[in-house]
Amino acid sequence: MSDKLILAIESSCDETAAAVVKNGREVLSNIISSQIDLHTLYGGVVPEIASRKHIEKINQVIEEALKTASVTLKDIDAIAVTYGPGLVGALLVGVSAAKAISFATKIPLVGVHHIEGHISANYIENKELEPPFICLVASGGHSHLVKVLDYGKYEILGRTRDDAAGEAFDKVARAIGLGYPGGPKIDKVSKEGNPDAIQFPRAKVEGSVYDFSFSGLKSAVLNYLNGCEMKHIEYDQKDVAASFQKAVVDVLVEHSMTALEESGLKKFAIAGGVASNSALRAAMEKACAERQVEFYRPSPILCTDNAAMIGAAGYYEFINGNISGYDLNAIPNLKLGER
Amino acid sequence: MNILAIESSGLTAGIAVFKDETMVAEVDVNYKKTHSQTLVPIMDEVTKMIELDLTTLDAIAVSKGPGSYTGLRIGSATAKGMGLALNIPIIEVPTLNAMAYNFVGTDSLVCPMMDAKRTEVFTGLFDFDNEKENVILESTALPVNEIVEKINSLGRKVILLGDGAVNYKEILEAGLKVPFMFAPANRMMQSAGSVGELGRFLFKEGKSVNARDHVPEYLKVSQAERERNEAMEKTGGN
Repeated sequence: MSDKLILAIESSCDETAAAVVKNGREVLSNIISSQIDLHTLYGGVVPEIASRKHIEKINQVIEEALKTASVTLKDIDAIAVTYGPGLVGALLVGVSAAKAISFATKIPLVGVHHIEGHISANYIENKELEPPFICLVASGGHSHLVKVLDYGKYEILGRTRDDAAGEAFDKVARAIGLGYPGGPKIDKVSKEGNPDAIQFPRAKVEGSVYDFSFSGLKSAVLNYLNGCEMKHIEYDQKDVAASFQKAVVDVLVEHSMTALEESGLKKFAIAGGVASNSALRAAMEKACAERQVEFYRPSPILCTDNAAMIGAAGYYEFINGNISGYDLNAIPNLKLGER
Repeated sequence: MNILAIESSGLTAGIAVFKDETMVAEVDVNYKKTHSQTLVPIMDEVTKMIELDLTTLDAIAVSKGPGSYTGLRIGSATAKGMGLALNIPIIEVPTLNAMAYNFVGTDSLVCPMMDAKRTEVFTGLFDFDNEKENVILESTALPVNEIVEKINSLGRKVILLGDGAVNYKEILEAGLKVPFMFAPANRMMQSAGSVGELGRFLFKEGKSVNARDHVPEYLKVSQAERERNEAMEKTGGN
């Protein structure tokens, strides 16, 4: 089969991104215009502001992705675009632009699931990785434990019942005065804190060994902080951060390892923004080594929202013949494995 | 000079194509489906029907706002994608000016209104010297009562159109002290034809932008920005 070049576009949250990816595995360009400084002013992502920023930047990032890859639209075999899940107004910018380019050039359009993109980020740096494997996707908006059966075929083993893992990081970071974005900030201060200083709960979800719940943990942290205040005790920010982080990591590791043992699979990958957390990476690496499981994780730049991962996922959808129509819509609550 | 016009600022999803002095096609759809699902399929149907070679287009005219934020962005992103792919500029056509153009040539004042919710409208006032459109009141967001007062102060017959005119009909009928007329159904809403026709004039005057630089005209900052600015003003004042 001849080489296939995918132009990928991602605008589901607060990054406007475009990339050119060859054969699903080789990144020729990966352009990300981040809005994080803007949203930091508001303590979180403001959907309307995100959408306005996307429309300002969309052409620029696409043009830059093509230029960096030293290609033109004539060289492109398919246009992949994130169509959900995410913020509907944000998604619509990428989807509308992708559809218009596809229409004007007759290059086939491929709608891609954002989580499928995160999972596929692992294909980029691990040329030997092929399904089946288990993947934990943890980010500001998602916490999914997934069995990747084949390219484009997924079985969701577990998901969060309330807050996403990254959301819990953001909320706790705000409560202990670290601010937004919580993930990298907690990761950093935790390195100087004692992870066993405070025993926060490791929540179990009744009836499911794989589902997650992080809102109870978040409440436990808030209660602890209130308790300190009532007793006029000064709490140690670093210890709270480290102990909270350990509670999250313990649960993510335990559920992931249970999934590996139950499935008998010997390959495990992590993905999503929280996958760049250093404590999570270290704990997963150790747990996998103990079980002779091959551990895969993308570089931090491919953990964050980016379009290269959409290009990787889009390639497999494209060669499987999953072409989208011009009526492709943004679907904010799109389920993984559905089209 | 060939122009494709896009209208998606409000309830209408519309596409029109102009070849030199002729409008060869126009489709305006006022139906509940979202513009995201209808706009490009309409464009596909229309261009096939008229056997349009897209590479012969000289520019994309787009209704730039004000209007529904999401609707505007669907139109803008579509126009920007077309502009990027075909390497042609975008003609930014002010939405209310285009709506008023539904009545080009009239002797009356024309007042397009888009419902901006909570009895506010995006509106403006226009009149014509033959085909030349004059702006009496620039596009703005106003409570319905205030635009009524403005119209009354001008003392001229007025034509009212847009979903704001439909939704606030009773307030308008009660408040207006000048002769008025509600637009007939075929000219009541936004139309891609008016966007394209006004766009042609703007293009001839050299008014177009690189597709990369086009953004919609929202007329209002986002709610989060407004609240933050208000909070900053308060703390700044203390």
